Amino acid sequence: MEACKCEEKWEQLNEIIKAHRGQPSSLIEVLHKAQELIGYLPKQVLIAIAEGLGVSLSEVYSVVSFYAYFTTKPKGKYQISLCKGTACYVKGAPEILERLEKELGIKAGDSTDDGRFSLEVVRCLGACGLAPVMMVNKRAYGLLRPDKAVAVLQTYQ
Amino acid sequence: MSMVSVTIDNVKVEVEAGTTILKAAEKAGIHIPTLCYLEGINEIGACRVCVVEVEGARNLAAACVTPVSDGMVVRTNTPRVRAARRLNVELLLSNHKMECPTCIRNLNCELQTLAQTLGIREVRFEGKRTTYQADTSTPALVRDPEKCILCRRCVAVCEKVQTVKAIAPQERGFETVIAPAFHEKLINVACVECGQCILVCPVGALYEKDYTEEVWEALADPEKFVVVQTAPATRVSIGQEFGYPPGAITTGKMVAALRRLGFDRVFDTDFSADLTIMEEGSEFIERFKKGERLPLLTSCSPGWIKFIEHFYPELLPHLSTCKSPQQMFGAVAKTYYAQKVGIDPSRMVVVSIMPCTAKKFEAQRPEMKDSGYQDVDYVLTTRELARMIKEAGIDFQSLPEEDYDDPLGESTGAAVLFGTTGGVMEAALRTAYELMTGKELPRLEFHEVRGLKGIKEATIDIEGTPVRVAVAHGLGHARELLERVKAGEKYHFIEIMCCPGGCIGGGGQPIPTNEEIRAQRMAGIYSADERMVIRKSHENPSIKALYREFLGHPLSERSHQLLHTHYTPRGKY
Repeated sequence: MEACKCEEKWEQLNEIIKAHRGQPSSLIEVLHKAQELIGYLPKQVLIAIAEGLGVSLSEVYSVVSFYAYFTTKPKGKYQISLCKGTACYVKGAPEILERLEKELGIKAGDSTDDGRFSLEVVRCLGACGLAPVMMVNKRAYGLLRPDKAVAVLQTYQ
Repeated sequence: MSMVSVTIDNVKVEVEAGTTILKAAEKAGIHIPTLCYLEGINEIGACRVCVVEVEGARNLAAACVTPVSDGMVVRTNTPRVRAARRLNVELLLSNHKMECPTCIRNLNCELQTLAQTLGIREVRFEGKRTTYQADTSTPALVRDPEKCILCRRCVAVCEKVQTVKAIAPQERGFETVIAPAFHEKLINVACVECGQCILVCPVGALYEKDYTEEVWEALADPEKFVVVQTAPATRVSIGQEFGYPPGAITTGKMVAALRRLGFDRVFDTDFSADLTIMEEGSEFIERFKKGERLPLLTSCSPGWIKFIEHFYPELLPHLSTCKSPQQMFGAVAKTYYAQKVGIDPSRMVVVSIMPCTAKKFEAQRPEMKDSGYQDVDYVLTTRELARMIKEAGIDFQSLPEEDYDDPLGESTGAAVLFGTTGGVMEAALRTAYELMTGKELPRLEFHEVRGLKGIKEATIDIEGTPVRVAVAHGLGHARELLERVKAGEKYHFIEIMCCPGGCIGGGGQPIPTNEEIRAQRMAGIYSADERMVIRKSHENPSIKALYREFLGHPLSERSHQLLHTHYTPRGKY
């Protein structure tokens, strides 16, 4: 099993689980808190939650994989959120996604090996006038083209 | 219970309040089609095939989950209902890998039947299909998500009946797939390979890994000496594939069919079931006298073995060290029998016909090589054998009744009982009683351990000594019983079978297998026992000869080497 970088948080995680021991109905709440604490939900964390709450691992993963909010992969230092809402879609978001995936060598939903970038596709960021749009951490970049999107990333090296 | 009155398609019926429309319609003699529905196990209204019109309601209602109310007026056959059912099935078909003629479930597929019944002649929708690789990682099961219609019946049986919970719906929307956590392969998770999911799958998304090609090759190879063994439960189930009613005893015809397929010797797992009783009965008496590692847990059922290895490793010392009858057979065939008839065991191929998918896994366990070779080479389910018989063009019904070959084909009534829940216990008690007391049993039948109740308990009086026994079938019931043991409840001897009903309900049995069919097969097993001349394992002449000529006595050094085994704690993740 891949090691998680969460040893120092393990005690706090156990506290969260302890408060809901044997309560399968608290699963979503515990997952929220665990992700808030650790930043993502690696396998060891899901196993600990499954054991603590008395839920099977297959069911825990079922919930985690259902909700877009939960992630089993660590986020990068710079989190790229590319909008693929209707406006951005028709203004060329798919081409930008393709280019970003190629440039970073990862697929949407993944992080680069050096932990610098993670890439995810989101629905409408509420800036349709600037379509196509992406955000890097909290900053928005609009009126993108594939080349321009790559240029934005270069400012984050 | 208060009764309510409902009108379904102009037929008035009185039913208990809370009854679903589906059940009420049944009472009115009206059949509403279903797909995801599995009574008592999966009642979730997911597939929307059972929709009906309820007067006064805006939307169509799913009959399987909608309770009736007093005065309710239901219509099950209106243009709107027919259009909705067709649309829903067409949508399922539009994302289904439709390779019906080559599909393992062709002509025995609920989706196919439904499409026919609903008169669907074309699928109007064409679009993207979900793409997922088939999981062929285990030696027992194959999962093909591209045929899956997401009815969740497999999930429900794995969770509620077996409490294994290996699979669940993962992802969402178009990406939804039934799979283990993290999309792991089944071989990497705590799946016991029991195949109950196969029995409930309405389509060809779950099926046994097929080894018929390997067996055809062995049969065609003049260098190979191919022997076959048939499990107790197969003789009361295979007939179903050839037009016999469930539970019909077709032992003689199955033997004849195997001979016509070209097996060099047709033997019986019932022989090694008798051998198991000799070893396990002696093991029980020894432990009982010493008061050691009680309760003794039976070890015939490979799905159960994998279950205890994953979920209750702390109880492994209680497990009998006896191999299952299938594995005892392989070990004896490639040593004792090979020597006896002067055949080089390296030329011998042992094939098993089993009601079970987990047996495929068991045969490939690395420790099952005590004969110096893999003790059992290929395991075929009842279904696979039926396919071979059909492929060979053998007319099963018109076959004569033939007998097994000697000596590994001789068996007793006790042995055939292994095919049903409670049977190993009854067979063991018949022998243990006589070995312990040296007296003949006043009555052979132990009715206390018979029947389909999930957990059966009894105290058997062996000449003043009370022996407390329990029997569980289905892993959910096994779990319940093990929890009682862990809580301090005292038993001496416990039989556990992985599948509901025992092997008669095994994951390798003909489809459908349901509660009614299990009961019919069980009745077949008990009448097969009654028909036998010898009904106690220790009276089997060929078993006596095996001990005299080869093994010495039960639990001898050679017995231990060939017939006993050890287990592997596996953990849950």
